[in-house]
Amino acid sequence: MVVLAAIGGFLLYRGFEIFKDFGFSFITGSKWDIGNAEDTSTAILGIGAMLFGSVITAIIAVVISVPFAVATALLIEFYVPKWFKTILISVLDLVAALPSVVFGIWGYAVLLPLVENWSKTIEHYLGWIPIFNVPSGIFGRSPFLAGLLLGLMIVPIITSVAREVYSQAPRDLIDAASALGGTRWGALRAVVLPFGRSGLVGGTMLGLGRALGETVAVYLTLNLVFQVNFKILASAGGNVASLIATKFGEATEYELKALMAAGLVLFLVTLLVNFGATIIVNKSRKIV
Amino acid sequence: MENNQIDSKVSETIRPTITAKVEIPLQRSKLHTEDLQVDKMVKSESGLETRNVHAWFDKHHALADISLHFPKNTVTGLIGPSGCGKSTFLRLLNRMHEFIPRAAMAGEVLYAGNDIYDPGVNPIDIRRRIGMVFQKPNPFPAMNIGENVVAGLKLSRVKTSNKEALIEECLTRAGLWKEVKDRLGSAGGSLSGGQQQRLCIARALALNPEVLLLDEPCSALDPGSTLRVEETIVQLSATMTIIVVTHNMQQAARVSDYCAFFLSDGGPGQLVEADLTTNIFSHPSDTRTADYVQGRFG
Repeated sequence: MVVLAAIGGFLLYRGFEIFKDFGFSFITGSKWDIGNAEDTSTAILGIGAMLFGSVITAIIAVVISVPFAVATALLIEFYVPKWFKTILISVLDLVAALPSVVFGIWGYAVLLPLVENWSKTIEHYLGWIPIFNVPSGIFGRSPFLAGLLLGLMIVPIITSVAREVYSQAPRDLIDAASALGGTRWGALRAVVLPFGRSGLVGGTMLGLGRALGETVAVYLTLNLVFQVNFKILASAGGNVASLIATKFGEATEYELKALMAAGLVLFLVTLLVNFGATIIVNKSRKIV
Repeated sequence: MENNQIDSKVSETIRPTITAKVEIPLQRSKLHTEDLQVDKMVKSESGLETRNVHAWFDKHHALADISLHFPKNTVTGLIGPSGCGKSTFLRLLNRMHEFIPRAAMAGEVLYAGNDIYDPGVNPIDIRRRIGMVFQKPNPFPAMNIGENVVAGLKLSRVKTSNKEALIEECLTRAGLWKEVKDRLGSAGGSLSGGQQQRLCIARALALNPEVLLLDEPCSALDPGSTLRVEETIVQLSATMTIIVVTHNMQQAARVSDYCAFFLSDGGPGQLVEADLTTNIFSHPSDTRTADYVQGRFG
């Protein structure tokens, strides 16, 4: 709590001048121009595009990872034998512990060429849907790739929360569904999934929090371009965290303040998401 | 009321395992007034039968050598003190037993002449035809009353042409229709415990089972609700075979045609005796049965 307050206070202190200078346009604007390094008044700084990038990659990550995590959690809790269950859980823990830079490199080296091909296929068939349209014809390091990678990264978090909630599903209801001639999958769908819904939402938000704040993996797999890019297959985008990582080394003093302010925004957003997630997860525990 | 139904039923009420011929009034319900003549040598062609059934949980031998016959369209009460294996036995009858990790069984459970534990038998089919109601009322919380009734159809992907008619029929048979007909859309959990239990019975009836297993269906209910559930059991027994586990001796006397007394003397649960309910309560052949039904232990 103290550390949280200290970090928040520090970011607010360092970034305050930026908020004073740009006000709300710092969040909505999508131009990042430090102008004349000597004269701070020529700078136009806005993280709108980056914030949008954070959100869209995180959403893509969640959309991809939730079905996968639910399937994994159900598999672990209800289908596989005990010895295999132990193995699966340790594998998931291992994936959760992998440094994000490793994910990033793997994403860049292995996933990128694959995703480029998939993207071309998707664009070919579904290009008439605006978000899948790529007028520039440049695929590569797109929000889709970054989102997919983030999705893989947050699967373990969501799976572990989902698994915990599913394991608490009332035995007598599962029995009731089975006694009515339900298959195992039928019983899971009728009892376990509705029971675990709110817990799953909480776990998803925890994953969302991590996806929003992820830095290195996105830095490596997303082409930093200052424009609001909702065409998820096109090679342009960015997120707040990778913006900070990219600019930090060579930033002017004034730009540094702006990065601190961007950090504060990110800090608040992830705090909010995590806070909401905790509330929802706890609430779903109490029902049991 | 419903005398015809009961009569035709009683004439079929035949039990094979006991050789004596009895001619006694059967006080199985207020509905019943006729004298009963049962030739116990003749075997009912249908119903449910167990032969030398054993059950284990891991290495613990829970039930030993239970052979029982449940004649078609009768109510059999399974009585005995806690831990004697009644519920385990009940769960063996529709293959719910195998959901318990490390549970095992031996012996045969014959339903319509076939062993339900044959390798070729799909346990899901068995559970559709041998319904079960549990101790604690457990309507599905995510579904409303109407959806709960037809949940079994949804679970087993059975299509029904007229869902509303089926819901009404099942709720009527379970004695709940009048109370809930105006609020089929409200949550199952909004009902009282007794209503919830009858909803669970209606839910089991929707699959039109021929056998209904009830595991202490009234132990979580107040006396008024208990009475309603008992009435429902008696009415249903006109068209289906019912096996009910109960701790309540009065209940066993009120609803059942036959009683089977289970007992465990520290070892596996065993069948002490099974007979017409009137015999079990008036002149049981085993002194332990007499002691139990008169409340001297258990």
